[in-house]
Amino acid sequence: MSMTMAEKILAKSSGKKEVEAGEIVMANIDVAMTHDLTGPLSVESFEKIGVSEVWDPEKIVIVFDHQVPADSLDAAQNHKIMRKFVKEQKITNFYDVREGVCHQVLPEKGHVVPGEVIVGTDSHTCTHGALGAFSTGIGSTDMSMVFATGKLWFKVPETIKFNIEGTLGKHVYAKDVVLNIIGQIGADGATYKACEFGGETTENLSVSDRMVLCNMAIEMGGKTGLVEPDQKTLNYVNARSDKSYEVFKGDEDAASLEIMDIDVNDLEPQIACPHNVDNVKGISDVEGTPIDQVFLGSCTNGRIQDLRDAANILKGNKVSDNIRMLVIPASREVYTKALNEGLMNIFVDAGALVCNPCCGPCLGGHVGLIGPGEVSLSTSNRNFKGRQGSAEGEVYLSSAAVAAASAITGKIEDPRDLK
Amino acid sequence: MKGKAWKFGNDIDTDLILPGRYLVLRDPEDLAAHVMEGADPEFAKKVNNGDILVGGTNFGCGSSREHAPIAIKGAGISVVVAESFARIFYRNAINIGLPLMEVKDISKYVSEGDELEIDMEKGVLKDLNTGKEFEIKGLPEFMLEILNEGGLIPYLKDKVNEIKQ
Repeated sequence: MSMTMAEKILAKSSGKKEVEAGEIVMANIDVAMTHDLTGPLSVESFEKIGVSEVWDPEKIVIVFDHQVPADSLDAAQNHKIMRKFVKEQKITNFYDVREGVCHQVLPEKGHVVPGEVIVGTDSHTCTHGALGAFSTGIGSTDMSMVFATGKLWFKVPETIKFNIEGTLGKHVYAKDVVLNIIGQIGADGATYKACEFGGETTENLSVSDRMVLCNMAIEMGGKTGLVEPDQKTLNYVNARSDKSYEVFKGDEDAASLEIMDIDVNDLEPQIACPHNVDNVKGISDVEGTPIDQVFLGSCTNGRIQDLRDAANILKGNKVSDNIRMLVIPASREVYTKALNEGLMNIFVDAGALVCNPCCGPCLGGHVGLIGPGEVSLSTSNRNFKGRQGSAEGEVYLSSAAVAAASAITGKIEDPRDLK
Repeated sequence: MKGKAWKFGNDIDTDLILPGRYLVLRDPEDLAAHVMEGADPEFAKKVNNGDILVGGTNFGCGSSREHAPIAIKGAGISVVVAESFARIFYRNAINIGLPLMEVKDISKYVSEGDELEIDMEKGVLKDLNTGKEFEIKGLPEFMLEILNEGGLIPYLKDKVNEIKQ
């Protein structure tokens, strides 16, 4: 039977020859990730099940990233709960406050390989499909079941495959492509579906850029993002992981496959406007909008490539006196690279604040919140009302290049217009 | 089941249900004190035990935070009725024993404050103010079983060893 990539991975993980969309399967989990914010509830639920030991302490990965270092007594208490759990359960893959955002740390540290089933108590766990894994966000109670049994049930999703064709223009990036797609199909356009990204443009993108596409799959309701592994994927994975793996490729004639063609030849930089990610406009419609803060970072666009793109634009320029700019590398590895390449000097000289690797203001719980009436331009993934602080604030989403250009002028700026 | 309707629109995301700054909290009562605060800062004070949330499409979109359904349940809301739900919220709600019901076009016909009556057996929701009846889309059998047990944890208690095998 012809199957999609998602179906093939779920068939293998549930010990079946074939599965079809709509079917409920009990899948064996290869990697279970939780973090400092949703981890404590997972531990609490796990303790209620009445099982004393987790199913496999080597398959659980715990990353502290949302509130690091602890910014309140409640956060410190949550960290303590998780450190105690790590010790008691002898969990080997624990990344304390220093390491960075979970969705960057997982692939960097070799926890993500093609063909595996990965779950995380964070909706952007779909990012890891960029390496050909079936990876999805779950809640804390579902995670407690995984901790106890190593298994979780899934409804096998249908797949919507975006065939992306065309050449990206100057200062047009993966973020613009995926925002454009979300604008076209809507915030629930892919609900319950696997979002597979293919076509020539995807093939030409780096692994980092493919992570940007997959990261945003949840913003159209998708269950996972997916990119078919190629040599670039294998080079990335082989350099970082010693796990064995199997590569799955979808069949073009799979029954549950829907194909959508995306032409990016004339695409201009895209902006998601308040307060929904599918409220997407071309930059020409919103340039000139005054802003109060720029946030460069997050699991969407806090990678070294994003910092390079932004630094290239900021070099020799100053952040506008009317605004503040936060630069938050997605991981310690990204931070170190940026230091070694001299990018941090460019940011600091320009007047930006460089923070430790963490989620930052992305979810409005930690550093850099915005006040009533303030406007944030952010390279992160959500612009919901109140997302970065005050419910009377506004959040616009963009690429790293637009963020950097806008930091200079203090208003939403098209990087292609800068001299 | 009978309760007063509180109406919200389409794409009610988890940041509206429970803003990120409260995710450090874990106690259902503490979380309930901030329920729907992103959409209506006064909501936690107004809502009463047994009330019903009514939403449009894509209710619960966004983050995987289970704090969102915990806050709703903690506030005494008996059921969330919407035209459609986002995937992770849907699972989370059932897993903690918060009933969800999918009802076509519900937000077009129900007004805030209407008294709603739900007959689970018949699968019918009735707006007692207008007399209009709506068909409830049933939960998949597997999820209904979890809900009837009171959530995933009680459901797992006597099945955990069997699932592990």
